[in-house]
Amino acid sequence: MWNMIFGEILILIGVIFLFLGSLGVFRMPDVYNRLQAGTKCTTLGAFSTIVGVGIIEPSWFLKSLVIAFFLLLTNPVAAHAIGRASYKMGVKLTEKSVVDQYGEEKDE
Amino acid sequence: MKNISRWLYTAIIMFILWVIFTGKLDSEELIAGVVISLVLALFTYRYFTEKGLLNLTPKKIFCGIIYFPYLIWEMIKANLDVAYRVIHPKLPIKPGIVKIKTNMKSDLGKLLVANSITLTPGTFTLDIKDDTLYIHWINVQTTDTEEASKAISGRFERCLKRFLD
Repeated sequence: MWNMIFGEILILIGVIFLFLGSLGVFRMPDVYNRLQAGTKCTTLGAFSTIVGVGIIEPSWFLKSLVIAFFLLLTNPVAAHAIGRASYKMGVKLTEKSVVDQYGEEKDE
Repeated sequence: MKNISRWLYTAIIMFILWVIFTGKLDSEELIAGVVISLVLALFTYRYFTEKGLLNLTPKKIFCGIIYFPYLIWEMIKANLDVAYRVIHPKLPIKPGIVKIKTNMKSDLGKLLVANSITLTPGTFTLDIKDDTLYIHWINVQTTDTEEASKAISGRFERCLKRFLD
């Protein structure tokens, strides 16, 4: 009984974070800020949803922990690859940006 | 000798994963798991690990166990931070790319530092060249390399250094 409630709370938190993540992708001004919202919120959202499912169904708990762990390890790598690729493609930073030391390095 | 230790370490990790994924403790399952993980580890150990069994000292396992909840806690803070910026009507961001230095030597160390930076408040790793990390920071506080290193990666490196070296 209690594991049902606790698991569903975790899933609810995960869904809220996933929603905020997609809202962030919609509102942010450029690729890099969108990636910020995208990676952080989807990682924790998916993590929390998967662990919540594991708590509702105790025989899946360890499996879901392993899946969540791999997600934690691979999701940032994907974000890093997208960010680097779009910088090399020449996608500009937003006009609000204050500093770009990566670009300065390249010009030298 | 070193290769045998690398091979055994890979096999142990694979066997633990096998036990978790099959979810049974019958002797048949366990024997099949031992055989399969030993054979698979033979082909994959050279990509998987460099230090082998030296990774399994109690101190390192302890640091790993400490580090994981700490990372989760930082992730929750990161999410609340991003959520606040997304919901706020004025979108209070001040983005920029800064570079920082890392003290980690090994590839695994750099990977973990870069991943941790990506998952924590307002920062994500754009590129790595040797010991320089380029970080996209959603709220730039300083452009000085030293200070930025301290603010962004200092806390992780203290823990990760003990875990890896």
